[in-house]
Amino acid sequence: MPAGRNVLLFLSVVAACIGVASAAAADGWVSSRGLYRIAVNPSLDPIPINRIHRWMLEVETAAGAPVQGAKISVTGGMPEHDHGLPTAPRVTREPSEGRYQLEGVRFHMNGYWEMTITISGPAGRDTVVIPVQVR
Amino acid sequence: MIRGEAFRITILLAAIGALAALVFGEIESAGRHSAWTASELALLRSLSIDSLPPVPPEPSNALADDRRAAKLGQQLFFDPRLSGNGQVACATCHQPGRRFTDGLPKARAIGTARRNTPSIVGQAYSPWLYWDGRKDSLWSQALAPLEDPAEHGGNRMAYVRFIATDPEYRASYEQVFGRLPDLHDERRFPPAAGPLPDPALRASWLAMNPRDRRTVNEVFANIGKAIGAYERRLLPGPSRFDAYVQAVVDGDQARQREALAPAEVAGLRLFIGRAQCIQCHNGPLLTNNEFHNTGIISYPGDLPDRGRYDGLRQVDEDPFNCLGPYSDATTDDCSELRFARRGPELIGAVRTPSLRNLQGTAPYMHKGQLPTLADVIEHYVTAPEAMIGHNEAKPLGLSRTERDQLEAFLRTLSAPVAMPAVGESAP
Repeated sequence: MPAGRNVLLFLSVVAACIGVASAAAADGWVSSRGLYRIAVNPSLDPIPINRIHRWMLEVETAAGAPVQGAKISVTGGMPEHDHGLPTAPRVTREPSEGRYQLEGVRFHMNGYWEMTITISGPAGRDTVVIPVQVR
Repeated sequence: MIRGEAFRITILLAAIGALAALVFGEIESAGRHSAWTASELALLRSLSIDSLPPVPPEPSNALADDRRAAKLGQQLFFDPRLSGNGQVACATCHQPGRRFTDGLPKARAIGTARRNTPSIVGQAYSPWLYWDGRKDSLWSQALAPLEDPAEHGGNRMAYVRFIATDPEYRASYEQVFGRLPDLHDERRFPPAAGPLPDPALRASWLAMNPRDRRTVNEVFANIGKAIGAYERRLLPGPSRFDAYVQAVVDGDQARQREALAPAEVAGLRLFIGRAQCIQCHNGPLLTNNEFHNTGIISYPGDLPDRGRYDGLRQVDEDPFNCLGPYSDATTDDCSELRFARRGPELIGAVRTPSLRNLQGTAPYMHKGQLPTLADVIEHYVTAPEAMIGHNEAKPLGLSRTERDQLEAFLRTLSAPVAMPAVGESAP
């Protein structure tokens, strides 16, 4: 295995571990252009295989203010296997300012997944990729 | 000359080395009967029947866990009077002695059905029923064969009349679901009617008042709900594989050797490793109940099966689905249907079956295309191009011995059916 790939694998494993550990962390993830900070709270913890569940997404600006009324779309998949999610999750409501309920999340294989969350809010459009390790 | 001698010595040493590696490797692997890494052990435990959670609730069927409903459902399941010709019961194709399958490539009742009869055991855990997932609950699934001209070949009006006129069924039904409607007025409730391809039955159905049609549909749905309440109690029992996992967890080598032979353990190693079976055959039922295109060839004479691509459209339009008027679920309970994945990757995809129902259920695949387990393994070793859509599987480099080991492992999953509360066979 080339050294570069080793490093990538190591990083993805580290990222995956961090993903599991901080799925519910208050500081959360920063989007790629730095516009938003997002925390995710899955309704089932640890995330099980083959069970549909919800995630609560908490979206803030870089300055820490809740982002209200954003349009959020979510895709996901297993990069290693080149396939997507078995379901089509959607944000169905915003129960309070900056909190978005994502429904219809299910993972049908063990291993490393990525959830790509695209946020279109007042600051602009930005994306965050959240690593998820399903065991 | 010296160079030649050195070369010969090198070859000899290499040969001795290779032989030693082979011998000691074998000894080591025989001694390492339980040498699973922590992550492998986690995978083994995830497959064990001991990891099976309680049967999930079925919110679309309020009587799903009602014992009397299950008892009624059991009677209906085995009753051939629930058919157009009085000779076909659910159990005609779902035979208890064959793990609720029939041993045929495609089901045969009044005619020949489109696909292979799947087992019912453990199906309560699946969000989707049928190979193409065109039903989203056990109770809703149970209704379709009753009206299929190739299967039970009856019609819903006649079934509802049968329940209402048979004193025993009438009493059981009313105990579980409440009073049956008054069906005496034949101008409102004809002897036979249903939304079926048969023009006369269809015309009778369409001539009925929509309110009366709904009344009939409610009783018809309840027939399904009783059958579903019975079916959800059919669960797989513990197998030799499960005993092995427990022995590994306990660190008991003697029990491990008792549970599985070395070739079976080698097959298990392939199953969770290089053969990648666990990608889809995961969890304690060894299925993700998802839809995959694995390039199974068409049944002779049939067009390639579009599978889930068509099944999803059908379940969307089904009045007996989770969101429909005959479901007891709230919208929030219907996440699988509301958030179902769509798209062209579903073309040719069919549902992963549980591997806990392999014994006695040949031939395999959605139209029984593959007669034996060896054929199934051979198929995945080859991973041919799909005739329709795209084959997700990649060819596996498995030797003849490895294929045999994999098959040997699969046979260790056999176990009797476990049936809490009600019996497996005819009441």
